[in-house]
Amino acid sequence: MSHRMFPKEEYILKGHAACPGCGATLLLRHVLKALGPNTYLVIPACCTSVIAGPHPRSAFKVPVLHIAFAASAAAASGMIEALDKLGKPANVVVWAGDGGTVDIGIQALSGAAERGHNIIYICYDNEAYMNTGIQKSGSTPYKAWTTTTPTGNVSFKKDVPSIMVSHRVPIVATINPAYPNDIYEKLRKAQGIKDGLKYIHAFSPCPPGWRYDSSLTVKIARLAVETGIWVLYEVDHGKFRLTGPSKNLLDKDKRKPVKEYLKLQGRFAHLREEDIEEIQRLVDAQWESIAKLLKEQE
Amino acid sequence: MAGKERLLLTGNYAAAYAARDADVDVVSAYPITPQTTVIEKIADFIASGELNAKFVRVESEHSAMAALIGASSVGARTFTATSAHGLLYMYEVVWWASGARLPIVMGLVTRALGPPWSIWSEHADFYTMRDSGWNLFFASNAQEVYDLLLISYGVSENQEVILPSCVGWDAFEVSHTYEPVSVLGREEASRFLPPKGSFKPSLSSEEPGSLGNLAYPPEYLDIRHTMRQASDKVLGVFREAAVRYAKLTGRDYSGMYECYRCEDADTIIVGMGSIMGEAYRAVDNLRDEDMKVGALKLWVYRPFPYEELYKAVQNVDTIVTVSRSSVFGSMSPIGLDFASLIASRGLDAKIADYVAGVGGMDVYAEDFVGMVKDAHKNTGRNVWWVR
Repeated sequence: MSHRMFPKEEYILKGHAACPGCGATLLLRHVLKALGPNTYLVIPACCTSVIAGPHPRSAFKVPVLHIAFAASAAAASGMIEALDKLGKPANVVVWAGDGGTVDIGIQALSGAAERGHNIIYICYDNEAYMNTGIQKSGSTPYKAWTTTTPTGNVSFKKDVPSIMVSHRVPIVATINPAYPNDIYEKLRKAQGIKDGLKYIHAFSPCPPGWRYDSSLTVKIARLAVETGIWVLYEVDHGKFRLTGPSKNLLDKDKRKPVKEYLKLQGRFAHLREEDIEEIQRLVDAQWESIAKLLKEQE
Repeated sequence: MAGKERLLLTGNYAAAYAARDADVDVVSAYPITPQTTVIEKIADFIASGELNAKFVRVESEHSAMAALIGASSVGARTFTATSAHGLLYMYEVVWWASGARLPIVMGLVTRALGPPWSIWSEHADFYTMRDSGWNLFFASNAQEVYDLLLISYGVSENQEVILPSCVGWDAFEVSHTYEPVSVLGREEASRFLPPKGSFKPSLSSEEPGSLGNLAYPPEYLDIRHTMRQASDKVLGVFREAAVRYAKLTGRDYSGMYECYRCEDADTIIVGMGSIMGEAYRAVDNLRDEDMKVGALKLWVYRPFPYEELYKAVQNVDTIVTVSRSSVFGSMSPIGLDFASLIASRGLDAKIADYVAGVGGMDVYAEDFVGMVKDAHKNTGRNVWWVR
């Protein structure tokens, strides 16, 4: 797959405060290139509150409203309505972590989705509260180590994209920093749809939180897709379709074993063989559900 | 004189008319008794085309204030109203609104906090905003609700200030009681209000900047100190706005409080809200007994108008402070405020501090008479709860 010619303009400036190898920053760089300068970011408490750099400077070349943890989707609702009233059309984009989305922010997100506000909501999912030091969130995977699940997480990752699908928003999609062309296409499409909330769930590898070397971010992101543990898809007005490399992974033989993904990360270092087998079974079951869904849609 | 149109309105409807006449751009609110008729009336105004505004019907008060923060940050004129638990649920973002320096205006129908559940008036919710940096005003009848809300826009959107304002009024006694109210209408109101869009939006894609990002201690201190300096200008801006409002309407709030029969008083009852009508009646009764008593009703609570209040109490022997709020572990809020006024000005007036009207209990003139007579017997206690 050829790399699309992205706009040269950078909206994340040198000197931002992200960790080396930060998946979230890589994602946001491509998101902003896709959306362009007429984009307002609304950011709740999350890693990006710090990445943006301290007052009075900002590492982002777009306007940013930093807002309290649970408040981002509601703030974006008010902002898009105000811009509409004032005759200043623009993209209003929530850029929130998984804690700010699947846990403390889910009520406001649900409200904004139900009201059909014209915003793009992006959850960059690094699968724990990373900014506060790697505590378990509702998006932490089964068995993963965090500082509050020292022997492994006993609960399952909350499936917020499906919750958003059930809100009947026009677009629900997943993205992954290893596939910038897919990011570009999905964001441009979301930008063009004005009659509702567009929900994007982004895979966001985190070197310090996942305990891997910062050079491996893209490799791990790619393996997440290739093993099928992260699925690239889009639900366009209720219709599900696989996108990018995930399109070719319905056949189990095409998918790499999840072990290849898990073994690179210290957060899974404590897993026993039977744990890995269980996770493999869960991933396979997920793909069977996808195959069934695609068949039903035909 | 403008404002000839007199309507029979509840306090809540008067608030809705103020939002209409302020020509707000964005309203966001979540229903709570007894605030509901404010937002129902605004919804009617929008539906009928009398008000061209966006109404964001949020799923919580936290989101109501957050939505206004988003709207105000890009330059919209905003309004919300809430009450009691609604305010406490939005409390985090109440502080965010003032810290972000946004000229949001909010109505607060003051109501007691649970448990036990109570829908009746008390000012505990209002006092929780005391240190938040919001400008805090209190209305004791429907006309004052309308007037103080309009004046709030004049204060909040003043470029010297740019801080949010809240006007409180009592549950039911004011929120649901019909009274004649003079309203300006949008055209007349616009002669008083700052022109729409006159305050510079914090955020614009033409000049990308950031609102609320991480600040190290020196920058945090600097930002908070700048906010304090803005807050210090509020009373002057309020006075100036109130003088202009008085010229337009004949209703003068520039004194920041109303003092009833205070001229030669040696004892003054101080409080705010709807119970003050009975305090005035008590003053008349006590004057009939040749007691030199007056009553002072606060319109401006924060910033606390020390200088202006000093003028009212400098020659007084006894200040009877009455707070409509259950309070634990200290004097009442108004008692503390007047204690700080007396201490800072070196006055030797005595404060007798009372809590009255808790949970919607009626407070009658006889109760105030009792407080004044009780105050003259020094029993050495700090605070009395009345009934």
